[in-house]
Amino acid sequence: MSNMRSLSFDAIIIGGGGSGLRAALELAKSGKKTAVLSKVFPTRSHTVSAQGGITCAIASADPNDDWRWHMYDTVKGGDYIADQDAAEYMCSEGPKAVFELEHMGLPFSRFDNGRIYQRPFGGQSKNFGEGGQAARTCAAADRTGHALLHTLYQNNLKNNTTFLNEWYAVDLVKNANGDVVGCIALDIETGEVVHVKSKATVLATGGAGRIYASTTNALINTGDGIGMALRAGFPMQDMEMWQFHPTGIYGAGTLVTEGCRGEGGYLVNKDGERFMERYAPNAKDLAGRDVVARSMVMEILEGRGCGDKADHVFLKLDHLGEEVLGKRLPGIVELSKTFAHVDPAKEPIPVVPTCHYMMGGIPTNVHGQAVMQDADGNDQIVNGLFACGEAACVSVHGANRLGGNSLLDLVVFGRAAGMFIEGALNEGIDYLEATDSDVDAAMKRMSRWNESNGGESVPDLKAELQDIMQNAFGVFRQEDNMQEGVKKLAELRERIANAHLGDKSNAFNTARVEALELDNLMEVAEATAISALERKESRGAHSRYDYPDRDDVNWLKHSLYFPAEKVLGKRDVNFTPKTVDTFEPKVRTY
Amino acid sequence: MSTLQVSVYRYNPETDSAPYMQEFQVDTKGRDLMVLDVLHLTKEQDSSMAYRRSCREGVCGSDGMNMNGKNGLACITPLSEVVKNNKLVLRPLPGLPVIRDLVVDMGIFYKQYERIQPYLQNDTPAPAIERLQSPEDRDKLDGLYECILCACCSTSCPSFWWNPDKFVGPAGLLQSYRFLADSRDEATSERLAELEDPFSVFRCRGIMNCVAVCPKGLNPTRAIGKIREMLLANAT
Repeated sequence: MSNMRSLSFDAIIIGGGGSGLRAALELAKSGKKTAVLSKVFPTRSHTVSAQGGITCAIASADPNDDWRWHMYDTVKGGDYIADQDAAEYMCSEGPKAVFELEHMGLPFSRFDNGRIYQRPFGGQSKNFGEGGQAARTCAAADRTGHALLHTLYQNNLKNNTTFLNEWYAVDLVKNANGDVVGCIALDIETGEVVHVKSKATVLATGGAGRIYASTTNALINTGDGIGMALRAGFPMQDMEMWQFHPTGIYGAGTLVTEGCRGEGGYLVNKDGERFMERYAPNAKDLAGRDVVARSMVMEILEGRGCGDKADHVFLKLDHLGEEVLGKRLPGIVELSKTFAHVDPAKEPIPVVPTCHYMMGGIPTNVHGQAVMQDADGNDQIVNGLFACGEAACVSVHGANRLGGNSLLDLVVFGRAAGMFIEGALNEGIDYLEATDSDVDAAMKRMSRWNESNGGESVPDLKAELQDIMQNAFGVFRQEDNMQEGVKKLAELRERIANAHLGDKSNAFNTARVEALELDNLMEVAEATAISALERKESRGAHSRYDYPDRDDVNWLKHSLYFPAEKVLGKRDVNFTPKTVDTFEPKVRTY
Repeated sequence: MSTLQVSVYRYNPETDSAPYMQEFQVDTKGRDLMVLDVLHLTKEQDSSMAYRRSCREGVCGSDGMNMNGKNGLACITPLSEVVKNNKLVLRPLPGLPVIRDLVVDMGIFYKQYERIQPYLQNDTPAPAIERLQSPEDRDKLDGLYECILCACCSTSCPSFWWNPDKFVGPAGLLQSYRFLADSRDEATSERLAELEDPFSVFRCRGIMNCVAVCPKGLNPTRAIGKIREMLLANAT
């Protein structure tokens, strides 16, 4: 492949969403030769769809708010497998990161005193769960993700970041020592394949909700970074942990923010009963998302669902009045009218739990460095590889993420990765160059698709994959179903390995991109399935009929999926925050 | 009758000497699909069809296109809103170079956006917390910051068609005013100075196509009017 063009950077950031742009901004300001490589123009990234806000103890709604309370909520929300050093870092650094966003121009909504508006979200408390509901989610109406992503893009423009927009990263390039030294990328517009060399490669590729048939995620959320890392042989952490958001619009899957319930909306069953009062007497509709989603499914399974098929429930907002809806939830009013044909000021919105967020991902430390395990089970840094945002599992979300913690994760750990890489570059990074055969190895699957001359079509295989995941790895799980699912996925993998790319043209060939994405969906789906099958307990979002209880004796651990052997190992959860006492595992109720 | 006639603009620079319209019969099963859903169905018939899409809920701005003569976002435009006589004609956004099929080169559109310096400028050292802003001042940004850069407005604007290199266009000007209107921004006079020439702002003829097509219900013409007022006030 010696005739392939190559580009060289100090750092390459794959993904132009919130975490990638935040990391890029840090590096661009430092003057390092940095590029953001994104398969879509950055403001088309999925961060743009985040609605309700960014949770952070900036002490605006409550001047006495404390980041330690936020940390407690986060650890509890994650059902105690969030790493406490990481949660501590996120919650304590958070205010700085949020104020920076405001200084960059993010148009936050405001209180009368001019400070940033904060609304209540699920799983939030004051005084370590003892002081009632907190209001800790900073919001720009219900378009916080849009406002955040555009602000970050704008500030990258201001700082002259290099963008490789509509470039698709195909696979990581590793040198003879196993260090990551760049990637193979496809310039979608021209079809040119380029070897991108870098001293630091940051995977900021976001989530992979498209492994499920029904998801709030954008069509582009195909787990490209996860797929690349798995193919490169790196382990994945807590992949069984997928969040089902309680309020996806029935039928369409589009998200309705938890902020609706934060502003006073609530869920009702077919009898008009506010059923969350039974499941979570204190927090009610603002319990953890896993708890609310399960309660909704229970209502439906017990025959109290709404509609002809009794297969959804209603989110009631009409009592909030048009003024609150127009001021605080204008985007929701729009989405409801478009996708549910309902005016929430008059009628309730039909909603159903919908795949929303991947808590698992590439294991990293708080600096964004990817971590693997050596033969003795000790953590070992992967040279050259970094991850942040949803693609990473740092892990602040544990087994269940709290609403509003995703945007905070993006900016705090994007920033942290950028700062760390800047320091490392200053100290000097010198890895062995990749050889031609190293590059060829990374070209393998692209060549496979390009040379395919018959076989099944990509859209059909994708639909099958999504159905398998939807049916066997949803809100509730059980052994036999999952075993069947794992088997079907193994067969599907064979078929995908022989699938056909019909269109071999170069200019803006979206069929090729979708074929490459399918490989990634396959990797993510299999990692999810095997991890879910092997974690024999119920914790956070991972809920099993056959193992209904949390098992702290055996599973107060991260799961670690090894792709070569397709086996699940374990990794210790961090229980040693630096400045606060450990939050010991307790029974989790709301 | 649930078979929809769909006519799509096709052009592949590697194989086509000229663009052409390709005809599809799409079975909608009687559902009021979004135009984007229909495009997915046509792509199942012909995988070589190219179009951009991402969020599929009207917030990312990827799938701006011309549907039966009017610009809009395919993902939030139901068939019932655009289809006439059971026929749907899909063309790329007008006025920009076509890369392939419905994918246009948005380079000049982005360049005009960058030209207005779309970022907050404030050299006063920031406080340890956020800069304060009253709800009234924050309200002034409503209807401005929500732009998704889909280019539906600028590519429906005859003034932009004529002078895409010199007239900033409705999208860029809307963002320009978003920063002019922000109580936290200190670069008002520099921003206005950049817009004083006869083209940047004053090529707007108030045709208001931008307002008619904006999928987010924003009003670039009003923002342009405000900039004009500021420019005139500055000149006297």
